[in-house]
Order: sequence, then C-alpha cells, then structure tokens
Amino acid sequence: MSSPAPIRAAFRQAIAEAWAGGAGALLPIGFFAGAAMLVPFTVGSEADQLAAIGTGVLWVALALASLVSMERLFQADLEDGTLELWAQEDCPLFLVAAAKILAHWTVSGLPLVLLTPLIGLTLQLPAEQLLPAMLAYGLGGLAFFLWGGVAGALAASVPRGGLLIALLALPLFIPTAIFGALAAEPGTVGPNLLFLAATTLFALAIAPFAASAALRLAVD
Amino acid sequence: MTDGLLIEADGLGAVRGERILFSGLHLSLRPGEAIVLRGPNGSGKSTLLRLLAGLTAPAVGEVQPSGPHHWLGHRDGLKPYETPRQHLRHWARAWGSEADPEAVATEMGLSRPIDVPARLLSAGQRRRTALARLLLDERPIWLLDEPFTALDTNGRDLLTSLFVEHRRKGGGIIAALHGDALSETSREVVL
Repeated sequence: MSSPAPIRAAFRQAIAEAWAGGAGALLPIGFFAGAAMLVPFTVGSEADQLAAIGTGVLWVALALASLVSMERLFQADLEDGTLELWAQEDCPLFLVAAAKILAHWTVSGLPLVLLTPLIGLTLQLPAEQLLPAMLAYGLGGLAFFLWGGVAGALAASVPRGGLLIALLALPLFIPTAIFGALAAEPGTVGPNLLFLAATTLFALAIAPFAASAALRLAVD
Repeated sequence: MTDGLLIEADGLGAVRGERILFSGLHLSLRPGEAIVLRGPNGSGKSTLLRLLAGLTAPAVGEVQPSGPHHWLGHRDGLKPYETPRQHLRHWARAWGSEADPEAVATEMGLSRPIDVPARLLSAGQRRRTALARLLLDERPIWLLDEPFTALDTNGRDLLTSLFVEHRRKGGGIIAALHGDALSETSREVVL
C-alpha cells in the first residue's frame, strides 16, 4: 500500500488551485443560489406551488451548477504538465483523481449544502424538512461532482469541452436526481435518502477508476 | 543499484499516427552513465523518453526500470499561481522528502524569485524551478527532455554540475539534447 502523503498533497494542491483561480471556485455556488433566487419569481410565491416545483427545479440547478467548473479541473493539470508528474507517481492515479474531485467538492459543493437553509427559506420549506434537504443536496452534489469529474477527465484534452462534459455527465446524473427529488417529498424521506446515498456510493466506487483511465489516455 | 542496469528497454517500437518512429530499439542504462538521444525534430526522442517513463505504452517491446525516476518534460509542471517555494514544498510533501525547499531553491539560484508566482517568472526561472525537483528526492534515474531549454550560461553550468554529481553517486541520465552538452562523457543514441 502506498503512503497517503501524495494523496494529501494532491488534495491540498487542488484546494489551493481552486482558491487561486479567484472567483472560479464560487461559480457553482453563485449559479445554484441564483437559480434558487429565481424560482419564486418564475413559479409564483404560493407555498404549495413552490413546494411542488421548487425542489425539482433546484435539483436541476444543482446538477448544472456542479458542471460549470469541471472543464478546468483536469485540463489545467494536463496543460501545465502536472498530470504527467502525477501519472508517474507510485501512488495509484485513481486516488489522485479522487482527491482532486473531493477537493473540488469541498470548495464548491460543500458550501451549497450550507446554503440550503437559506434557499429553503425562499422556497418556504417547513423547518423540519431542512435537515433532510441539506443531507440530500450534500449526497447528491457529491455524486454529481464525481460523475462530472469523470466527464472532465475524458474532456481534458478537448479544447472548450464544456458541451462534451454535459453530454457525458448528465445521463449519469439521472438516478441521483430521481432519488434526490423524491427525498424531498414528505413521508418517503428516509428510504429515498438511502437510495440517494446508494447512488452516491456507486459513483464513489466507479468514478475515480473511470477518471484515472481517462487521464492515462489524456496524458499518452 | 550498485550492479546491474538502472533501466533496460528491449525491442522497443513506437508508432505515431501512421508512421513508425523507431523499432527494435535496445537501450540499457548503467549506474553512472549518461545516454544522449539525438536526432532531428520529430524523430521520436520525446516519444522514447515517454516510453521509458511509462507515460506511453510501447507498440512493441518492453521497458524494465529498476527504480524510481525523475521526469522533466517539455512542460515545467508548474501551476501559474505557485511560487518556487510552494511548488517545491508541494512535491517534497508528495514524495515524503525531508529536503528543505528553500535550500534546494537557493542551490538552483532561485533565492531571489522564491516567492514570485510562476506566471511572473521568466522561462529560465521556471525551468530552474522544475529542475530543482530533481534535488528534492534522490532517484537513480533521470529522464530529461531537452533540459537545457531556456537556461542561461550560468544555468547550463549549474545543470552540467548536477549531472556530474548525480553520476558520481551512481545515478543514470537519459536526456534528449540538441547541441554538444554532455557529448564528451556520454553514449549517444541517434534516432
């Protein structure tokens, strides 16, 4: 087993890079919050209508928000030569890929979770639904970032690969989106959260390997 | 590492697109030895180095390294926001190295720009930073693709002395080079 030092270094570097990019790391958060702000204006501010449509719209916003900064996640490493160095390390590339995706989620995805109570307010969500909603956005966002990371790795050598990333990742988002939206419905929160967690675990088990295979092709 | 080969390549062949770059190539690197790859642009020097580094799988043949290697490619591997200090600290951590990034940077003549982000460094300073990685961690094999690029006279002398020191300690070097650096003390492979 290889030492955890390279993985920690990769995680730390990805965090530093996210912050060094200026507002880049905040883009998904801004996208998500912006969509949430618009929902009451487009759907109307009646509580039952908001509750019926609002969470569904927010899951769409979350899915798209998780893709907006995926293009540069691995592309920058490929262009500046960092990926070449990682690809020659003793430590498995899938762990480096996982560390980078998790770092990206920590900077751009986790704040979405913290934003959820505020968004719940605009959607007039009952207070007891806030905690499940936070959990759902956290789990679902992680799955979205993982699949987005695979797409980002596949598109690393494609200039302006944003459309390719969306086409590759969105089909993989479907199970997570279904159970995530269902988890917002009163009465079936528990089981649907479990299914949602299952889709996230599935992504966690597959995505790092898929991303590292794509990165090996990109670096060849 | 004292006896035997540092790296051995057997019957190596590479294809780029429709073209065969080279085939049936044998290459072995002994401790203390330097091999210079020569040939015109596009003859496959970089490809051969990438095969030896394990970045690209060979079309035929195999590569057997006996230990870890250092890699210096066309791209320096620096992040635009990273200063030489941060860059060296990062890789020292990743490699579990005890080396002091500041001392290594000073050795490479980077004490003045040590806290300047890479995007503001000159090409030569970036290259010196990339070369400083070689000193962070002791590895027997150095694979270098045109390492003298962008270096000034002082930088070239510095790198040449690093080569001498590395070989004295039993390390080996395979480098793609233009010009006559290293020519009197090394073997040549012409592609």
